[in-house]
Amino acid sequence: MSSESEKKMVEKKPEDSKPTTAKATEKPAAKPAAKKPVPAKTPPKEEPELPAFEKGIGDKIIEKFGDQTAVSFVKPDRVGIKVNRESIHDVAEFARDVLNYDHVDSVAGVDYPVDKEIEVVYHLSSYTDPTLSRQILELATRAQREDEPIPGNDATKLPSLRDVFYSVEFHEREVFEMLGVYFEGHPDNRRLLLPEDWADLPPLRKDFRNKGR
Amino acid sequence: MLKDLITPQNANVFVGKLGDILERAIDKPLGYAINWGRIWSLWPVHIETACCSVEFGAASSPRYDVERFGIIEAFGSLRQCDLVVVQGTITRKMAPRLRLVYDQMPEPKYVIAMGACAITGGLYFDSYNVLPGIDGVLPVDVYVPGCPPRPETLIQGCMLLQEKIKRMKARKIV
Amino acid sequence: MSTPTLPPGLAIQKADERIMTLNVGPQHPGSGHMRIIVQIDGDYIVACDPDPGYVHRGEEKMAEYRNYVLNIPHLERPVIHDSCNILYPYVLGAEELLGLEITERAKYVRVIASELNRCVYTMYWLAIYGIFLGHSTMFMWPAGDRELLIDLLEKMTGARVTHSYFIPGGIRNDLPANFEDVCLRQVNYFEKRIKEYADVFYDNPILLSRTEKTGILTRENAIRLGTTGSVLRASGVDYDVRKKEPYDVYDELDFQTNVMKSGDSYARSRIPWLDMMESCRIIRDALQKMPKSGSVRVKLKPNPKGAIGSVYKRIESGRGALGCYIVSDKKAEPYRVKLSVPSFRNLIALPHLLIGEKLGNMPSVYWSLNYWPVEADR
Repeated sequence: MSSESEKKMVEKKPEDSKPTTAKATEKPAAKPAAKKPVPAKTPPKEEPELPAFEKGIGDKIIEKFGDQTAVSFVKPDRVGIKVNRESIHDVAEFARDVLNYDHVDSVAGVDYPVDKEIEVVYHLSSYTDPTLSRQILELATRAQREDEPIPGNDATKLPSLRDVFYSVEFHEREVFEMLGVYFEGHPDNRRLLLPEDWADLPPLRKDFRNKGR
Repeated sequence: MLKDLITPQNANVFVGKLGDILERAIDKPLGYAINWGRIWSLWPVHIETACCSVEFGAASSPRYDVERFGIIEAFGSLRQCDLVVVQGTITRKMAPRLRLVYDQMPEPKYVIAMGACAITGGLYFDSYNVLPGIDGVLPVDVYVPGCPPRPETLIQGCMLLQEKIKRMKARKIV
Repeated sequence: MSTPTLPPGLAIQKADERIMTLNVGPQHPGSGHMRIIVQIDGDYIVACDPDPGYVHRGEEKMAEYRNYVLNIPHLERPVIHDSCNILYPYVLGAEELLGLEITERAKYVRVIASELNRCVYTMYWLAIYGIFLGHSTMFMWPAGDRELLIDLLEKMTGARVTHSYFIPGGIRNDLPANFEDVCLRQVNYFEKRIKEYADVFYDNPILLSRTEKTGILTRENAIRLGTTGSVLRASGVDYDVRKKEPYDVYDELDFQTNVMKSGDSYARSRIPWLDMMESCRIIRDALQKMPKSGSVRVKLKPNPKGAIGSVYKRIESGRGALGCYIVSDKKAEPYRVKLSVPSFRNLIALPHLLIGEKLGNMPSVYWSLNYWPVEADR
């Protein structure tokens, strides 16, 4: 179901990128080459062609960092990369210096108690590079999760990306207070939105239940 | 002659009667005048607690014009105000500050709870950071339901508060 | 000099001789629903620490307990007067996860509702900006003129604010009969009215002297801090999600984005006003190009389950680029909903801009960041 809607989105690109400015035309030039729609009568296991430009971004990261990273998905305008905890800082610097992503749109923390990990997802975007104006790069790292968290003093730690992308400052503070992930290197890991006397579990964890739920 | 009428046994009756006469001649008209002054100049404190503040701001707009009732948002200090309109959801972070604001206002002061979230917690009844209504923190005079209440509903709430003030004693008997 | 004897419970603490700490607190005519802790040296601000969270209601946690359709009423309450826009990326994401295709007419009506909401939000923001500066005419005029558009929205959706109009699958109900003529008349009159704001506000020498050259955000800093929306376009970066990554039918409509280069408070206050005039053009264009009939809603099965995966969608709201990240694991409730709101992204510019400013300039710089505190707290 979702692959069909992806196919429809992939097929729509040549029509609706024409009215946009001339700067964006060098990117859709790569797209029609990848635009062979897979006929529906073939067996459903066959994957549709991946968009070439986004695949190129994913391949550049994989060839530089090898087995520290893995591509999790390639969709039109979205590339998702899974990164190990130790190399997230280097991958972010590579994205900033070589690939020209210059700021972070959002930082989301997702709790996976079954895997005993907390995933932190960075969405990077670019204002200066015209070929990247539609693209969003998603970097996902995982931090270890403890059953009895002491935020700041247990093993749930990740390196902070604040010296690479300054725009994550308040976002990382929010992930710290909502999920208990301590960011090493962030100068100010303090509470931002919760009341000052919050002494309960970090609220966005799955074992923290809302009232009566 | 008056000295013969007033004996130690019935002096209290005379004092009571005198008190009644004074109350009817002076206290009641003065009370009407004081309450009239209070009704037509209710100044709310400029505190916006949550999303109902948009409809409160719209009530001051030219279409609904709550200023013709005397309710101007006093953009000065809260020491000159006598109405707290609790606009919307009260979170645990905001509740002590709201109580502090209420304590700093001079008497007489009134509280309107505006919106479903201020009455019982509303749509956010199961959230971890929301108080189930402002009743436990402030003594509420008028509840205005709605999510958010239309500006006309808020004006009706203010008129209910005016009716309530008319029936109050103008000065406190200690 | 001997120290005086104090009553029990008090102590003398040596304070800095020059620096004073002030709470521009939650109860303040110039602060909105948040607190800004400033430290001032005479008249100049030397340190600033924003303290949001007074309206933090736990939207993202609540979204994990309700299914995709039940999430609509509470996810739109962060910005109640711009409610269609804060729901837009969530609805686009839910449609992708549930595998729904919406009709052309629904897309056009969505665009019209989104642009009307943008105007309604910007007018309220302008009204509060006027009252922060003490310009009470600028409170009354926008607050009154936005009622014209609120009437239109009430005809469309049934409610003045918090419309709950966008649902996964399209929109809740179709437009009433004769809506196009009424809408065209109101929008034309609205456009004439907002052009008059130039006389009373934007060419006003007092406003110019108060807001020009204050709170200057350079182009490099605007990009580095990750700001968005009118704050970014006022510093010279031409980025609008409606142009760069068109969603629904924005690629078929004819409009332009406004960019100014100075990066000061005046530019940040002027760009939303120019954007409102573009919105009027978009509404007229969309009314013309809209298919005249057709269904507007795709029927949903009860408790639809999302496909496994995640989706990140973004749109351009009245304040900037709003994104929504949904993770789903084949249940009726989403596993995680994260709203990346433009007010929270622009908050980082506040300490950066206020340091070095005079305390009297604080309201004009702070509110020109197009900051809505309830949205930033979610």
